[in-house]
Amino acid sequence: MKKTAILETNSCVSCGCCEKSCPRDAIAVYNGIYAKVEQELCIGCGLCVKACPADIISLREVSSIG
Amino acid sequence: MAKKKNWYDYLWIASSFYILLGFFNILFAWVGLICFLVPFIMSLTGGKKGYCNRYCGRGQLFSILGKRFSKNLPIPKWLYSKWFRYGFLVFFMTMFANMVFSTYLVFSGVNTLREGVTLLWSFSLPWHFAASAAPIPDWIKQFAFGFYSLMLTSTLLGLVTMVLFRPRTWCVYCPMGTMTQLVCKAKYKD
Ligand code: SF4
Ligand code: SF4
Repeated sequence: MKKTAILETNSCVSCGCCEKSCPRDAIAVYNGIYAKVEQELCIGCGLCVKACPADIISLREVSSIG
Repeated sequence: MAKKKNWYDYLWIASSFYILLGFFNILFAWVGLICFLVPFIMSLTGGKKGYCNRYCGRGQLFSILGKRFSKNLPIPKWLYSKWFRYGFLVFFMTMFANMVFSTYLVFSGVNTLREGVTLLWSFSLPWHFAASAAPIPDWIKQFAFGFYSLMLTSTLLGLVTMVLFRPRTWCVYCPMGTMTQLVCKAKYKD
């Protein structure tokens, strides 16, 4: 089962720590407001989960589509 | 996979020097205005939160020091709640305005120059050793003392929360970060 990062958008402080940590450039701060994950790029490594100072990112299993 | 380093990945050196120089000549405190103006101007002119992500030397410093000294524990929820973040921004800005007013009082001759640094808005420390003898108006020096007090206080808060929680806990309640996020919210609301 593939894993992907998900986050509580509402609590995001848009610090960008996740963006810096991601080896795939799969997560980035959108318009300076909150971070967004591009699920096709995310490999579920969990580095962003560790980097987020607000602890609002987690990994979720996704059934791969297509 | 390590990412390629850019020149701006070394701005933590400048941030460390900034704090250090304040122990030698208080006038260097003025340079810190960059950390106030650049993120704000960037957010207003389409740079969004690029400052936090790329150029913030203080954040980088916390990342580096945090690798060694942070307990890396989850931060309490209230610390990233909106009321705390906005409340801290309002408090910080009020204190900033208060400091500008003190500068004005020296400028207008009501008060004389006070050569001291106030930590956590409460504890006055003598700072004569870094006083400047330059032949410039006293209000310029007063602002430097006041501004350095803010910078030292916020660095200290950041260091304490770095040790207790995640390395970059400061970023969660950083007034500049909150402010630039608000600017972006107003600018790009969808
Ligand atoms: S889990 Fe890994 S690949 Fe996915 S967004 Fe986070 S850091 Fe990037
Ligand atoms: S590290 Fe966390 S709080 Fe910061 S931008 Fe990423 S998801 Fe948001």
